[in-house]
Amino acid sequence: MSLPKRWKEQIEPSDPAMEIMELQMGPSHPASHGTIKFNLKLDGEHIADCDVEIGYLHRGFEKMCEQGTWTQCFPYTDRLNYASPCINNVGFALAVEKLLELEVPERCKYLRVIMSEVSRITDHLTCLGMASGEVGAQTVLMYAMEAREPLYDLVEAVTGARLTVSWCRVGGVVHDFPDDFSDRLKGAFKQLDAVLSDCDTLLSRNRVFIDRMSGIGVMSKEDLISYGVTGPLLRAAGVAHDLRKADPYLVYDRFQFEVPTGERGDNYDRFQVRLREIHESRRIIEQAMRELPGGPIEIDDPKVVLPPKQRVYESIEGLMNHFKLIIEGIKVPAGEVYHAVEAANGELGFYIVSDGSGRPYRVRVRPPCFFAMSALNQMLIGHMIPDIITTFGMINMIGGECDR
Amino acid sequence: MLIDAVKQRFGGDVVVAESAHGNDSVVIHRDHAPELLRALRDDPEFCFESLADLTAVDWPARDPRFEVVYQLKSLAKAQRLRVKIQAPANDAWVHSATALWKSADWLERECYDMFGIVFRGHPDLRRILMYDEFQGHPLRKDYPVMKRQPLVPETDPVLHPLRASR
Repeated sequence: MSLPKRWKEQIEPSDPAMEIMELQMGPSHPASHGTIKFNLKLDGEHIADCDVEIGYLHRGFEKMCEQGTWTQCFPYTDRLNYASPCINNVGFALAVEKLLELEVPERCKYLRVIMSEVSRITDHLTCLGMASGEVGAQTVLMYAMEAREPLYDLVEAVTGARLTVSWCRVGGVVHDFPDDFSDRLKGAFKQLDAVLSDCDTLLSRNRVFIDRMSGIGVMSKEDLISYGVTGPLLRAAGVAHDLRKADPYLVYDRFQFEVPTGERGDNYDRFQVRLREIHESRRIIEQAMRELPGGPIEIDDPKVVLPPKQRVYESIEGLMNHFKLIIEGIKVPAGEVYHAVEAANGELGFYIVSDGSGRPYRVRVRPPCFFAMSALNQMLIGHMIPDIITTFGMINMIGGECDR
Repeated sequence: MLIDAVKQRFGGDVVVAESAHGNDSVVIHRDHAPELLRALRDDPEFCFESLADLTAVDWPARDPRFEVVYQLKSLAKAQRLRVKIQAPANDAWVHSATALWKSADWLERECYDMFGIVFRGHPDLRRILMYDEFQGHPLRKDYPVMKRQPLVPETDPVLHPLRASR
């Protein structure tokens, strides 16, 4: 680990009788969820300077993707933003499909949208719950976790896992919805509604919560854009930029939903934006469920999609097809593409370079919370230590995504 | 068309310009990069207020070996552009873009960490994801996946408090 060059400079404390204290907060700290170290220079309780250190969860995602085939990257993408794994899967699949220039069937698009929005809701619930718990509102934390459970059950019913879903493939998705999906969804939403209204009642006009969150962590729109911050943080500052509206992918252009924005861009606005985004995600899911068409969930192209198991076992062509796709991988034509989706934290981009073999040449993830973390030190200077907890909580850094 | 506007505006400075898979992409010389990137940010025709991503690709078989890739994004004009700058293996540097976009700070640190490309003019170029004593640059193609690193000797934090990097 290292400190920035400016760390050697002396800072004058506000009280000449005091000293600037250097303190390290992290990487494992009970009030910050995620492995992050803050190297702090403290002027009493106020932060005179802060250096944010990441990399504690760096697992070499980009290097590992180069070692296998395109399909073998999907389990790695699950582990990026592990609070919303379906969105990462979808983002990567869309990038590879863009390079292959193929379009998935209609039903598959709707399935991907619905699962992405379910993932977005679980991510926002996690963020709001953890942020509230860290501020002291333990009840809201428990309520958010409780509301998340039926949604995770849904994800498990569809994909087989709560977190490590690996549900998308290039050219489609692996599992279709179970028959009782619609009913389970209704049950999940009933519970979600109750919890959201409880959270709102408990926190939105709570004096203590407002005092902790208002006016903290503010950054101007221009600075946020220059830092590359997107997602709820940018929207809380008043910029109504959402890739689902600005550059629609899948079938998002068919749905009516709003992009909630805030005014001041402080932590309170970020909280409210995330809360309202859960409502908007719900609207999208309900519209998508009504319009959900029938049909295949995978494209019918033997060069991209595995043949059904029966064909693999009963015909030599099926066997050869399966063999080639598994051993050599999908032959994505040489070229490069950058494709971004709106993840729960902002613009999740994949820049992929293919050399024509079945293995990726380069997979670069553009992680949304990396940029928010780079802006964090500017947001914190002048504020107090407890403000680190709230600001960091509302940025929703997910270590898997930031460090990869 | 964005790609035509870029070619027209910058003329000979643009080595390659192509539009494929819905992305526009140009390759420019590293010497001209600072002015070009500034014009791309400030010109009202382009207005790329945001550097969405900065990374590199290692092509060991090619000369120049490295390709530094910038993904520029304009919210105002709803357009994106990919700008690539090539750097040879034995002289792997490009000019830093930290004066233009604040996101370049950490992005260039990561690119340096992973590839060893120096960004001239960066205020504080040091590793970001790997620990300081790490040897080598992991995303280079000649860095083997299973390479072992030497053990870092333990230091007493009281006797040897943390120092600012050189």
